[in-house]
Amino acid sequence: MLDNKAAKPMTMSQKILARHAGLPQVEAGELIQCKVDMALGNDVTTPPAIKEFRRLGTTKVFDQKKIAIVPDHFTPNKDIATATQVKMIREFVREFGIVNFFEVGEMGVEHALLPEKGLVKPGDLVIGADSHTCTYGALGAFSTGIGSTDLAAAWATGIAWFKVPEAIKVILKGKLNPHVRGKDVMLHLIGIIGVDGALYQSIEFFGEGLDCLTLEDRLSMANMAIEAGGKNAIFPAGAEACAYAKERAGSCGIVEVADPDAVYVREIVIDLADVPLTVAFPHLPENTHDIEDAFAQKISIDQVVIGSCTNGRIEDMRVAAELLKGHKIHPRVRAIIIPATQEVWLKCVNEGLMNIFVEAGAAVSTPTCGPCLGGHMGILAEGERAVATTNRNFVGRMGHPKSEVYLASPAVAAASAISGIICGPQHLQK
Amino acid sequence: MLLKGNVHKYGDHVDTDVIIPARYLTSSEPTFLAAHCMEDIDEGFVNKVKKGDIIVAGRNFGCGSSREHAPIAIVAAGVSCVIAESFARIFFRNAINIGLPVLECPAAAKAIKNGDELGVDLATGTVTNLSTKETWQASAFPGFMQELIDMGGLVNYTKKQLSSK
Repeated sequence: MLDNKAAKPMTMSQKILARHAGLPQVEAGELIQCKVDMALGNDVTTPPAIKEFRRLGTTKVFDQKKIAIVPDHFTPNKDIATATQVKMIREFVREFGIVNFFEVGEMGVEHALLPEKGLVKPGDLVIGADSHTCTYGALGAFSTGIGSTDLAAAWATGIAWFKVPEAIKVILKGKLNPHVRGKDVMLHLIGIIGVDGALYQSIEFFGEGLDCLTLEDRLSMANMAIEAGGKNAIFPAGAEACAYAKERAGSCGIVEVADPDAVYVREIVIDLADVPLTVAFPHLPENTHDIEDAFAQKISIDQVVIGSCTNGRIEDMRVAAELLKGHKIHPRVRAIIIPATQEVWLKCVNEGLMNIFVEAGAAVSTPTCGPCLGGHMGILAEGERAVATTNRNFVGRMGHPKSEVYLASPAVAAASAISGIICGPQHLQK
Repeated sequence: MLLKGNVHKYGDHVDTDVIIPARYLTSSEPTFLAAHCMEDIDEGFVNKVKKGDIIVAGRNFGCGSSREHAPIAIVAAGVSCVIAESFARIFFRNAINIGLPVLECPAAAKAIKNGDELGVDLATGTVTNLSTKETWQASAFPGFMQELIDMGGLVNYTKKQLSSK
């Protein structure tokens, strides 16, 4: 006889967690131990993880292929201290036979790189000692940020502990207006729910509006779940995600669908036609303004950064190039464009985007997180102001504590670079 | 364990970039990080903090980056515990993992003022304002997390897991 205990309905995130815990079902609030499919570190978080790993006294890692280490924050190394940290990482990688280590020249911004390298697929459970690890929800994976000690423990055991999250259901309707992209939708959502609006929760996306969001739109949206305090964000793996995973990872993995009666603590409906080009003003991602409001304030800027794990992919580069073509960067503005990976960089070369960037007067950098976290490659001085396609605008995020970061999409960033004030493509003189 | 210390009070959404700015993530040495703790939100913090002092803050303390350098810097600066209305989840996890006591107690976090003297009983989760004689009860930890705390953090817990294999 079958177990007659009624199966409890689960969200997409809960189904992935249950499967990795070896349990038929899980409930919100339950503490569980899960096997992880990938455990990621970067050059900031890996050195402390190595220290903790060595304290464990173990002689091997749980799986040499299920660990990824991507030195991307301060690389190519900006000074002796950061070079020393990456040297320590290289020694660890060699000692323990870590397969997925990405050196300068092959390296990219981690959350752009892992999907490209086929290291994440639908249904996977990924943890990373980087808060933007939530990016892979775009592929239908459960992925979330953890710290260095968690990473060390997972490297040793292949296991991480989780509190099963409640979830917010976001239903997307309608179609996006011209120039409006996934980044705008996510900033808009964060503006609605606030920077702790999804604290400890999953954000799960549904609705026919998903049809007009490309995989890259979804990657930049899932990426910013943490900016609403979210544990993860997840999209149902659609045809594009599946085809991408097949091409890159060799399989579409396991596509999880939420149970029709799964419990959501909150439901938010967004008509994509109502989403404007959106700018988050300093110093929180929830301080959102629509572009007409931002434009009306005539906010002059000193720097534009187009890149990062949020918006450094090829579609972002194409949007920027389309707007910059035939224009010059405003003389008062430094424009820094950072294709997120070597593959994106090469596509920019092959598609002629590099010529457009350089002719417009932009500086193009090798892949790095660099300025996004105030690391290097474009630090702001006191009183300076930047428009960035990055994900955080906290005090001091890109440099001096009295500098300012305005978060926006590549279209707004490129248009602002041309005009010297925050604006959208519609405000550029024809 | 009983803690006693003076309060350093902050508002909502204290992010890890102000707890320890990224320009100092070139090292993970606790004493180096402690020298720059809270620098971008409270320049004088490092000079005025005394061993055992307590940070009290509003909602979403520790939001942003996953950098474990943030709780490491707080511990190394001498802070004995953090009380907040709520914590960002990665910071909360990191704090538990490295052994920094973090107490979620909205009523206490709202009422306590900068400079107040607090007593905190970690075993019971009782927070007492020694300046005003008010007391509050912080949320209890779920069983597994209490186990982690009792064992001194995740490294000790994992060591036990590895040795029982």
